[in-house]
Amino acid sequence: MFGIPGGANIPLCDVLYESPIRWVLARHEQCAAHMAEGYARASGAVGVCVATSGPGATNLVTGIADAYMDSTPIVAFTGQVPRAMVGMDAFQEADIIGISTPVTKYNFQPRSANEIPEVVKKAFYLASTGRPGPVLVDLPKDVQTEVSEIEFPEKVVVRGYRPNRDPDPLQVKKAAEMLLEAERPVILAGGGVVNANATAELVSLAEYLLTPVETTLMGKGAFPENHPLSLGLLGMHGTRMSNAVTLEADLILAVGMRFSDRTTGNPREFAAGAKIIHMDIDSAEIGKNIRADHAVVSDAKKGLRALLSAVAELAARRQDTVWSKRVRELKDQLNGEGKTNSSPLSPPKLMKHLRELLPSEGIVTTEVGQNQMWAALHFQALTPRTYITSGGLGTMGFGFPAALGAKVAKPSTPVVDIAGDGSFIMTEQELATSVVEKIPVLVTVLNNSVLGMVAQWQRLFYNRRYFGVNLKGVPDFAKLADAYGAEGRRVESYGDFRRAVAEAVRSEVTTVIDIPISPEENVFPMIPPGKSLKDMLWE
Amino acid sequence: MPEQRRVIATLVEHKPGVLFRVSGLFRRRNFNIESISVGPVDPETARMTITINADENTLRQVVEQLSKLLDVIEVTELRSSKAVIRELALIKVTTQDPAKRSDVIQYANIFRGRVVDVYARSLIVEITGTPDKIDAFIELMQEFGVREIARTGITALSRGFEALEVKGR
Repeated sequence: MFGIPGGANIPLCDVLYESPIRWVLARHEQCAAHMAEGYARASGAVGVCVATSGPGATNLVTGIADAYMDSTPIVAFTGQVPRAMVGMDAFQEADIIGISTPVTKYNFQPRSANEIPEVVKKAFYLASTGRPGPVLVDLPKDVQTEVSEIEFPEKVVVRGYRPNRDPDPLQVKKAAEMLLEAERPVILAGGGVVNANATAELVSLAEYLLTPVETTLMGKGAFPENHPLSLGLLGMHGTRMSNAVTLEADLILAVGMRFSDRTTGNPREFAAGAKIIHMDIDSAEIGKNIRADHAVVSDAKKGLRALLSAVAELAARRQDTVWSKRVRELKDQLNGEGKTNSSPLSPPKLMKHLRELLPSEGIVTTEVGQNQMWAALHFQALTPRTYITSGGLGTMGFGFPAALGAKVAKPSTPVVDIAGDGSFIMTEQELATSVVEKIPVLVTVLNNSVLGMVAQWQRLFYNRRYFGVNLKGVPDFAKLADAYGAEGRRVESYGDFRRAVAEAVRSEVTTVIDIPISPEENVFPMIPPGKSLKDMLWE
Repeated sequence: MPEQRRVIATLVEHKPGVLFRVSGLFRRRNFNIESISVGPVDPETARMTITINADENTLRQVVEQLSKLLDVIEVTELRSSKAVIRELALIKVTTQDPAKRSDVIQYANIFRGRVVDVYARSLIVEITGTPDKIDAFIELMQEFGVREIARTGITALSRGFEALEVKGR
């Protein structure tokens, strides 16, 4: 449970006094929500965050919206003013039900203690089933203190909710036929594969058909990126090989993803020559952004399993094909890391060093911006739930508190926040939480003293009219870490970096590594906003 | 795909906040509501009839997004050829000139409307029918002077035995 107490949730916090539930005191409610997300993403279990009414609740909203966009199961408990004062503009009153409705899967405000058991059970049920997402429970203060004889329900029913339906066999059969008819198929895997724990099923299908696999940002880790069939990320900052293979493909099997604009570029031009099979648990995603030639409504695990059996009934396991040779050829040709600037330390190389230093189950979280895209392109995720990033909402400041949440879920696994200086500053106060609550994580700050991604856009599309991006090298991150009682290092070479990472992982002490990089550094490849795959910039 | 009037019938939880969630969805997804009418069908369930102007694709999106709302139990489109679609309107017509009063009453009779309130300077006609019929009647009344109109928005049922009902789980 990650949270902060306040006037309207003291009764709730009071019962935690003798509870075995671990309480982690955050230093800002937004971070409590991101911690709950990090916990949920690393473990697959529901993360919980707690805040008081008014500003406590509104501070949670960014984290809740982030969880909504990335289908992350969290439950948020907010305090509320007493029932009689609701609607009177009381002190620290905010209409959090109204505010959170567009960014939650559902929200509740129990009006008596009798409702609480059912509401709480429903909250966890809704957050964790179907397409996962955040659920908020708003507790008026006098409902928290009400004493009542209460029955706890065994099962809850929500009439308008039908999660986890089995895939329709006819839809599956048609998908299998289309997949087998295609000469140049590619699989595009998203976060739904991770949420459904469907990596084994995905690998089996890809290997059976020798089909290359690319992922969305949220799908990173859904397919081992060191697998010969892996192409890495597709999209605005996708790999050259993913983008090239997609342009040549005649069929895309999209699994557990929603065709975000960052994945497709211009939706009208996206893979115009390919048929699209869309498999997703949420039928409202089918045809929302991109036309689908065929759809299978299912969670990724059941859907992929059914699809593999349907394929296996119709055809034998594939040996080498013309297409698989072509994919290998493209992979070999386009495997470079791209041109980097003259700075002594290149972010792509740093990512590769970091990969070597972490075990395969080591978890990285990222902030948002260039750091996130360098990590996505050059840090290979080998197992699911090891690359935790803010995909849909793109929340700067997400990575550090999410790292703390992940570390609480997986205390014996090293957790690294791949940060930029701009993002880290947004939630850096959680160093206090990290140190005081003994949740050791490593923060690698790729420090270019600018808001790098904005600067990159200004450089490429605004004629170098840099505005509002210069951070001027403040603060000194090593000293900042020191002030919080954490370890701070500044590194000048790859050797320094390797030693500092190894030491932080070994020591289990919260460490911030400040890594100077050039402010001129760009993330390539890049597809300019609104353009399509064929317009990829490479330098 | 042409935009046209589409009628969507839904069964929803009969409790506070549901209308807010439904209307919020329309605002959030940039769908325009033409009309919406709500009434209870049993203590737990209400029927909400929503009319929108949309093409096929938008209609599908609306239906999918509505289905996704947890308080929406069932959703279906009612095609006008296969449904009884009705609206009720109350129209206050100015009748300063007593000679014209009988004209208004005659028109109301032709449209199977009823005069439900009479006052020296005006009267109220109640009329039920398809929106087109009500539009036509209001148009006719313009020559007398329309002082006030209240329309309920569309409500509808599918023709035949078929019904929208809460399915067992």
